Amino acid sequence: MIRFENVGLRYGMGPEILRDISLHIPAGSFQFLSGPSGAGKTTLLRLLFMSLRPTRGLITIFGKDRARISRAELPLLRRRIGIVFQDFRLLDHMTTYENVALPLRVRGREEASYRTDVIELLKWVGLGERMHVLPPVLSGGEKQRAAIARALIEQPEILLADEPTGNVDPQLARRLLRLFIELNRLGTAVVIATHDLALMDQVDARRLILANGRLDIYD
Amino acid sequence: MIDAPQPRPDEEEGFERPAPPERAPRKTAPIVPAQNIAGRALVVVIAIMTFLSCVTFGAVTLVRDTASVWENQISREATIQIKPAEGLDMEIALATAAGLAAEFDGVKGTRIIDSAATMRLLEPWLGSGFDIGQLPVPRLIIVTINEDSPPDFKDMREAITTAVPSATLDDHRTWVDRLVAMAHTTVTIGIAVLGLMLSATVMTVVFATRGAMAGNGHIIEVLHFVGAEAQFIARQFRTRFLFTGMKGAAAGGVAAIVVFILFSWWSSRNMATPQGDQAAALFGNFAIGSAGYLGVLMMVIIIGALTAATSHATVVAYLSDLEGGQTDGG
Repeated sequence: MIRFENVGLRYGMGPEILRDISLHIPAGSFQFLSGPSGAGKTTLLRLLFMSLRPTRGLITIFGKDRARISRAELPLLRRRIGIVFQDFRLLDHMTTYENVALPLRVRGREEASYRTDVIELLKWVGLGERMHVLPPVLSGGEKQRAAIARALIEQPEILLADEPTGNVDPQLARRLLRLFIELNRLGTAVVIATHDLALMDQVDARRLILANGRLDIYD
Repeated sequence: MIDAPQPRPDEEEGFERPAPPERAPRKTAPIVPAQNIAGRALVVVIAIMTFLSCVTFGAVTLVRDTASVWENQISREATIQIKPAEGLDMEIALATAAGLAAEFDGVKGTRIIDSAATMRLLEPWLGSGFDIGQLPVPRLIIVTINEDSPPDFKDMREAITTAVPSATLDDHRTWVDRLVAMAHTTVTIGIAVLGLMLSATVMTVVFATRGAMAGNGHIIEVLHFVGAEAQFIARQFRTRFLFTGMKGAAAGGVAAIVVFILFSWWSSRNMATPQGDQAAALFGNFAIGSAGYLGVLMMVIIIGALTAATSHATVVAYLSDLEGGQTDGG
């Protein structure tokens, strides 16, 4: 589904943040992306999300060469990727329901066509009773689940999660992990960026370890 | 290790919540929120700058119109002056000069200032009851000119001085030239002030809009990450800021129009008073006319468009930054 071959990235004239990264993320796979702070995990996620272009190497996403993807195609391809951030990135002036429905709204869909789907998904992530609440009154775990629901509403082929358990207690982190596993079982490929070893030890999954800009893969 | 199928998260302990009380569904929130502190400040800044620009524009319009009235009033008349001379029959000379002037194309009429009127003109200096026939007082003929096609003053002057050597023709050209120069200078200064005012308005609106946009960076980011097209994101902000800009500009424009109407009302109310006469002498009838009101309307539209364009450019720049300074991202 996504393939990197000898990918390198530097910002401006600075040193290479990522060097000779080669990896393959197959459809329906589950992997952790780990490494010390500043190792380039978020940068690698941004490359996967096509938010950055590599300074060298080849990236193939959904069978297309990243270098040949036009501006007009980018948002359409990004819709096949869900992304979750450590700081949730929910819009405070919108309710949980509106935040989760946002990806569908920006595609110009009528509310009547997606209302049931959004409510179903909110119930699935345990926010059925919190859908009309504004994010500032949600707990950290609820915010994270709302962010995950927003990333899943379009049934993406791959979910990228950047430190999704960084702001929650270990018990809730375990529950969120189960949510990702459940999602993976339904067919979505999952990449979780984390430096939480305890979290990784809970699942027998492939590990991508970034250190000094290089990537080691432990299957 | 977690390897067995898990229950649905909402079935787990800890994800359950008590059912909230029933509430009326609210209207879907706009993607870009209507107002925040920066947005309100932007409306106020735009209103103030629009008001100042409109008042400057109105003042320039007023000065330009008044200057034009001065020019027209002065150039509507010329004067023939006949000085007494040895052996000159003044009444015949006046009739001859008036008759000659009236023959020229572009002359609407002539009027001889008679002895009684001349005495009244001299009364402030010579007092009343003097015999004008005993004094060598020049006499005047007022020539009314068609301002659209004025006569050839050179030919007229030549014809009159040939027939009456002691006559001189004053077409007020010196006065008109001075007034025109002064009026043009005043209008030029006004336009320069207006130019500076508009530049200041443009820069203030641009910076205030960028300031208001700074608080919306997270919205642009979220829209970008949920796969919104750049044009969609830009359109959301453009629409919101066009509305904000026009709201501020309309408030400033309406305030300026109220000021114009108040001055116009004051001017008409004080028409016969010394203050009113003084203002009327300087500015004519204090009314900015349809061009002034049209200018205010244009100003409102331009400032609204400027605000929208600035927000659009800010979104595009923000998205470019989000792409790590690379040009992708639509």
